[in-house]
Amino acid sequence: MSDFFHIVVCGGVVPDPLQTLEPATTPGTPSLKNEGMLPAVLDPWAGHALYEAANLAKQFAGSRVWLVSLAPRAKLQQVMMTVAQKVAFELVAVDGPAGGFTDATETGLVLAQAIRGIAGLDRSRLLVFGGWESASRGAGITLQIVGEELGIHDQFQGVDQITVEANGALKVLERIEGGRHQVSECAGAPLVAGWATGNLPEPRNDPRVGMANMRGVMPALQRAKSTKLSGDGVEFLEVSLPKQQRQTKVVEGMGREQIAQEIVRWMQG
Amino acid sequence: MDADIVCVGFGPAMGGFLTTLSRELQRASGSTSLESMAAPGLPLQVMCYERADDVAFGVSGVVTRARAISDSFPGVDLAQIPMAARVSEERVIYLGDPLGASRRPRWMRLADGAVRKLNRVRGSQAHAIELPWTPSFLHKQGGLTFSLGQFNQWVANQVLSTGTVQIWPGTPVASAVIEQNRVAGVRLLDQGGPGMEVRAQLTVVGDGPVGPVGRQLDEQFGMPDGHHQREWAVGMKMVVDLAPESQLRPGTVWHTIGFPEPEIFGFLYVHPDRVASVGIFVPSWFDSPVRTAYRYLQHWMLHPYIWPHLKGGRLRSWGAKTLGESGRQGEPCLGGDGYARIGESSGCTNVLTGSGVDEAWLTGVQLGEGVIELLRAKRPFTRRNLEDTYVQRRRRSWVEAESMVAAHARDGFQKGVLRGFLGMALAGMSGGKLTLRGEIRRPQDRLNGLEEFFKGRIPAAELRTMRERCSVEGKSLHGALMEMCGWPAIPYDGQLLVSHQDALLMGGKVQAAPGGEDHVVFLRPELCEVCGARTCVEICSGQAITATASGRPTFDREKCIHCGACLWSCAQSLEEGSERTNIAFRAGAGGLHSAEN
Repeated sequence: MSDFFHIVVCGGVVPDPLQTLEPATTPGTPSLKNEGMLPAVLDPWAGHALYEAANLAKQFAGSRVWLVSLAPRAKLQQVMMTVAQKVAFELVAVDGPAGGFTDATETGLVLAQAIRGIAGLDRSRLLVFGGWESASRGAGITLQIVGEELGIHDQFQGVDQITVEANGALKVLERIEGGRHQVSECAGAPLVAGWATGNLPEPRNDPRVGMANMRGVMPALQRAKSTKLSGDGVEFLEVSLPKQQRQTKVVEGMGREQIAQEIVRWMQG
Repeated sequence: MDADIVCVGFGPAMGGFLTTLSRELQRASGSTSLESMAAPGLPLQVMCYERADDVAFGVSGVVTRARAISDSFPGVDLAQIPMAARVSEERVIYLGDPLGASRRPRWMRLADGAVRKLNRVRGSQAHAIELPWTPSFLHKQGGLTFSLGQFNQWVANQVLSTGTVQIWPGTPVASAVIEQNRVAGVRLLDQGGPGMEVRAQLTVVGDGPVGPVGRQLDEQFGMPDGHHQREWAVGMKMVVDLAPESQLRPGTVWHTIGFPEPEIFGFLYVHPDRVASVGIFVPSWFDSPVRTAYRYLQHWMLHPYIWPHLKGGRLRSWGAKTLGESGRQGEPCLGGDGYARIGESSGCTNVLTGSGVDEAWLTGVQLGEGVIELLRAKRPFTRRNLEDTYVQRRRRSWVEAESMVAAHARDGFQKGVLRGFLGMALAGMSGGKLTLRGEIRRPQDRLNGLEEFFKGRIPAAELRTMRERCSVEGKSLHGALMEMCGWPAIPYDGQLLVSHQDALLMGGKVQAAPGGEDHVVFLRPELCEVCGARTCVEICSGQAITATASGRPTFDREKCIHCGACLWSCAQSLEEGSERTNIAFRAGAGGLHSAEN
């Protein structure tokens, strides 16, 4: 029985969520003010998927990890200088617009085509990973479309854990309401998993990993084919940032006990 | 790992260096013009390692003539860089003390009286006067004000797009590798695995005024005769979304003197789209052991001349950094066997005109040109060859000429603010021929205990009690002392006037990956126990250093913004007569995550 995996992680770049993000109206599609000059990061949801993929690959000899990214080439290059230091992977780059105000179907088709084009990919051992959600303006359905296009019907969303059973079956924990997980088991690859946060911390930067990855990253960026997404049929009616959760309250002379009580009240809803 | 050129730090100087070098490395045909010595057959291998988690996470209040930067980008309108604006108006403003809380010398109290009378005649409540004339050396007409973070981001884009250079953020360099008095490369910080050694024919050091590699080279190779780095300042700034009714025009540049303390200068620069950078500088010759920049910044913002323009605004970003203020007197050995120094830590900041970014950029360009010359001639990166190419270019340039004018311009501040201003005026207007020269004392020699500083204002016994109470309650000693001296509490509004900790979260977005070793180390804790000043606690821009009952401070690396002010605010010499203080400021990851400072 083969026990290696070929794991393809789909992940785009998003503006660093820590920066000041301001929606702007442009003649074509909505955008963010000075978006080109905002630092970008690998979509954090896809980042979790990538770290889980690398962790799984390490456990099964012969496994490989690819990161398929549809993003502006220059921005992707900058992001790679950080992401490439985290875990080992091979980059498949498609030069195109950053996620968000694009049609999820178009994006999904482009990603699926890029996956089909990966040389040496064993689709019988394929695990397609990605983010369950997106920190940009994703529709939340891109990964499902990629899976359908590749003919993969075992799809899981909100995944926090995948373990490989002794018989090669995959046990998948999907996040459901109430802080619980739905436990599923499927016979094995191929499979699509949209990851929630997983269980792994962000790996520390390792320049050795970075240098090893960079041997493939730079050629992949140079090879990146340009693609245009038409956006036909998609209309954006309104654009807004996620509601800010932070609420500052200035209170003078409040004792520790009172503060503690207030926090407890807040936690109790 | 082997490379040809390894670069430490990515700021304006390294931007200038890599911009110049990368253009030479890129040919339209795609072939390489300079072959690697480390990897024959491949193009020149150039690696740049930046400590911060992104190349855009730098801090500066920038108003610059941008002469050298403009020369590097002919035909490019630099005002198109986000947050950049052409200078449209310059003012120098004397701010009086409306509170009566500031420690002011007699001449300044007289000046305040004159300002009050003048304001009364004019019906103004501003407690300030705009100086009718400012000397030409202070002007930045035709220049730009911009965000250093946005500028660095823009430059990095240009450089990376050539595909000839690798810039690695989030990768602090721990030290230079020195073998037989030659720099043979660098050792990266251990971030979980052993720190990687990157060997190179040339190590370019541009890691800023408190960078560990630059300071290591200073210790290893010594400073040129008579040179020292004893003058510093911490600059703290906020980027503010101005209220919709703001009348401030983009390109407005204000500099202030006089408030909140005579030693503290302020600035306000207006970017496009109703955004402004505001901030203050707290210098090492401000002898207060309790000199928390954050609280002073808030009082400066609340001054009646400034506040009407900021009222209704919202905090967008916040940050702080150390400025090396020694200028030409702090110039280290610019080049040695296997290494070259560029940027702020190479002593290029003009301390008379208050300009550093353009100067830093030019030193990078000059090194880039020198390196290309040596590579083409296949000459090694020896001290002599770097002297012949890089250093000679620098000596012949305006950076050198102007830094010589400025060399002793600020010596007067060692003996008082008035003498400092007179010294600057003399040096500026005489082209450096006339100066008020004087001895520059080590900053640790200037700091005495609290009792000494507050003598005649707060009884020693009361100070002791207050220190103990603040330590137990975890409160700011500086804040308590300011209130005792008459400074009012800050009327927090939750959007611009926020607590120091909120500024870290809302403005600085301060983060550090968990784990990792402390990069601020108290080398001889026994010295901390007897320290009467403990200025490291009060100056800490991120409130990352806190006092304990034993006197030994604690350090929280996840709150540190890497401003480095603790390094030169430590009141204890490591050893008798040493330039070094009791604090080691080492390489570390994390810090500010704002791209707008």
